[in-house]
Amino acid sequence: MTLRARSLAIAAVAALTLTACGGSDSTDGSADGGDGSAADGDVVTIYSGRNENLVGPLLEQLEEATGTPVEVRYGDSAELAAQLLEEGERTEADLFFSQDAGALGALANEGRLATLDESLTGAVIDGYADEEGHWVATSARARVIAYNPDLAPEVAEMTSIDEILDPQYRGQIGIAPTNASFQSFVTALRVDRGEDGARDWLTRLQENEPRIYERNGLILDAVDNGEVALGLINHYYWFEKADEVGLDSITAQIHFLNSDDPGALINVAGAGILEGSEQSEGAASIIEYMLSEEGQQYFTDETSEYPVVDGIELKEGLTPLAELQGSSVDLNQLDSLAETLALLEEVGLT
Amino acid sequence: MHDRSAVAPRRLRRSGRPPGFLAIPGLVAAAVALLPIAYLAVRAFESGPGRVVEVIVRERTALLVGRSLALTFAVTAASILLGLLFAFLVVRSDLPGRTVIGVLAALPLAIPSYIAAFAWVSSPVDVSGFVGAFLVLTASCYPYVYLPVVAAMRGIDPATEEVARGLGRTPWQAFWSVTARQVRPAAAGGALLVALYTLSDFGAVSLLRYDVFTRVIHTSYRSSFDRTPAAILGLLLVLLTVTITVTESRMRASSEQVRVGGGVARRPSTIRLGRWAWLAGPLTTVILAVALVFPITSLLYWSATGLSSGVDVGRLVESAVTTAWFAVLGTLACVALAIPVGILAARYRSGLVRFLEHATFAGHALPGIVVALALVFFGIRFATPIYQETPLLVLAYAVLFLPAAVAAVRSSVAMSSPRVEEVARSLGKTRGQVLRQVTLPLAAPGIAAGAALVLLTVMKELPATLLLQPTGSTTLATSLWTETGVAAYAAAAPYGLALVVLAVVPTLILMRVQATR
Repeated sequence: MTLRARSLAIAAVAALTLTACGGSDSTDGSADGGDGSAADGDVVTIYSGRNENLVGPLLEQLEEATGTPVEVRYGDSAELAAQLLEEGERTEADLFFSQDAGALGALANEGRLATLDESLTGAVIDGYADEEGHWVATSARARVIAYNPDLAPEVAEMTSIDEILDPQYRGQIGIAPTNASFQSFVTALRVDRGEDGARDWLTRLQENEPRIYERNGLILDAVDNGEVALGLINHYYWFEKADEVGLDSITAQIHFLNSDDPGALINVAGAGILEGSEQSEGAASIIEYMLSEEGQQYFTDETSEYPVVDGIELKEGLTPLAELQGSSVDLNQLDSLAETLALLEEVGLT
Repeated sequence: MHDRSAVAPRRLRRSGRPPGFLAIPGLVAAAVALLPIAYLAVRAFESGPGRVVEVIVRERTALLVGRSLALTFAVTAASILLGLLFAFLVVRSDLPGRTVIGVLAALPLAIPSYIAAFAWVSSPVDVSGFVGAFLVLTASCYPYVYLPVVAAMRGIDPATEEVARGLGRTPWQAFWSVTARQVRPAAAGGALLVALYTLSDFGAVSLLRYDVFTRVIHTSYRSSFDRTPAAILGLLLVLLTVTITVTESRMRASSEQVRVGGGVARRPSTIRLGRWAWLAGPLTTVILAVALVFPITSLLYWSATGLSSGVDVGRLVESAVTTAWFAVLGTLACVALAIPVGILAARYRSGLVRFLEHATFAGHALPGIVVALALVFFGIRFATPIYQETPLLVLAYAVLFLPAAVAAVRSSVAMSSPRVEEVARSLGKTRGQVLRQVTLPLAAPGIAAGAALVLLTVMKELPATLLLQPTGSTTLATSLWTETGVAAYAAAAPYGLALVVLAVVPTLILMRVQATR
């Protein structure tokens, strides 16, 4: 208690000093400690749409390993993409680290991303880099069905997303239609089955009276406590919850459809280098590190994602990406979210 | 409903040209406030007017405007009721524990609406949709009315009520016919802030799944990466805002009241509740339970749950210090810009003044992300050296929260009679001296209340802070966002609690200043 109080006091003094000396320039551990403009020499500025808790340690680790000093600004991927578009050529950012391919695609479409060296785009499993070489995936995540084995054990045998349309699941399905992950799935559905096919599926889903949640984590909680029998989420939420409450305390299970079905969508987080960056070499070395064995090991161990490079030792419970039979939809085609939103609006799923 | 015996002459505002030493800083403030709108105009019309029409005439746009307005109306009406009720009980009644209630009643403002919303969402009670959004927003917004009304009630010269008593009215009648009317400008100013906050809120409505206008703007940014429809809808929101502020200023114009005397340091008399105390006690308890105790209990519960994962004390303290620093700077900038506009609005009647006043409010219903992107747009082009440095962030806070400060300055200056200033002038004081020695001291409690409002609001601001803060700094709100971003609400809760604790300090000081006056 005393120790705690003392460390608190020390932290308070330290923080006050930092604020007093550096104005508000109280940089965290990962930054270079200078005030940006002075040390601009070789600092790589990263705009990260990925959460600080998820990737902060990796960025510190790579700063040490590559010798490239980095400065990171965190935000929402799409908002950062909007910011980068507003900043245009004047941006200080060198590297954009995005939670999804869509935000990278938006920047690439506006000509804001430089073409990456083939040593980077060629390092990943086929299909996990932009065909034009503007960005490369750094890790992958799968859409899965979370289910409560007490209520719907048969989910473990499903191979198509159509199976959840069975009337026996009326009011028993959890979805997060405002969440980007669900919207990507619907986009895949549209690309795979066309507008009419997607509309038909969504209408039938709507008739099954799904329960609406704000985010994947809440769906998983609802499945876990039996509020719903199953829900559509990304795989890593299950691993996160398992880490948080312990494997013994989690009832919900997840099932990957493992077939060429839009419900078996594998999406990615990725990185691209800003066009006109003066630090493109440093930025490239950062991407290189993210794709290295250490970087990939970090993603699977710490964020429970799929490595995009072969030969990485996987977190317990994960299947190698190359062995997963996922949806054959091209990720580059997942950039038509406006049409997806219009369709969701049309069927009333918002 | 009572007779309209004027407390002071009806014509309180001069129609002459306002002096340059107020008009010029006022114009600066208006220019700053108009930045987001200029940005929206650039973005909206870059794809041609055809696109603008197409977005506006979408069927869903009208539906969402309707929903937004319905929610705004309900929340504003309820906030006025609650704000007036609490202010009366705290300042004028003999309700036991009113000093404590006075402090507690202001505190829901310290709880970001998205935290309150999460408390409900994560509870077993199923509150969502309109009812949920109404409950949560009313609970976190009514202090916008309560705080300025308390300041106004304390600033009122008790002599006017005493006159009414002398003319044979009961304490209740005197209160209704005199005081209740005198606080109308303060209440209207607060209600306007509630209305605009409700229009602009995104966090609470999205958690509670009530689809309104702002959500479309966010969706447009977040998932289609197309800034044009968002900008068009943003302009529509500005139009709505101007309609609301014009309505409010018309209402205000018909209810102007001033205190004739100078600064009388006397407490108003107490009105006995009598048997009403049996109703007032439980009622305040229930409201405070919903608005304050419930979300804080939820925060405590989650904090306790999250303790196992450990809290980074260093980061918590650093975030708190940075938050306080940004909030103080933001408040100072905001109040400095608001003072000229507020005084002009209270004292002068001209086209220029009306323009300045409405200009400072016009962008207030815009979601933070829009204002943030506007400052990105202008900052990187015209203020490169301060881009993503503290000064630009402070400017962003000033743009976002200027109306709160303007409303406070305006209503508190309006409370004192211009005759006092005229007397000072006739005694040989210059205009600047009158401002410093008469106008501002008389308005000080109201301005302090406005500053506290701004301080509390800046602390919980998120979207602009994320895009514009100096690289590497963290505030309580951004830390909270980081933690909830990985669905670790338990780990986020300590930051939420720290935010509330930090907000208690200015509230206590404010209450103390006002109580001892």
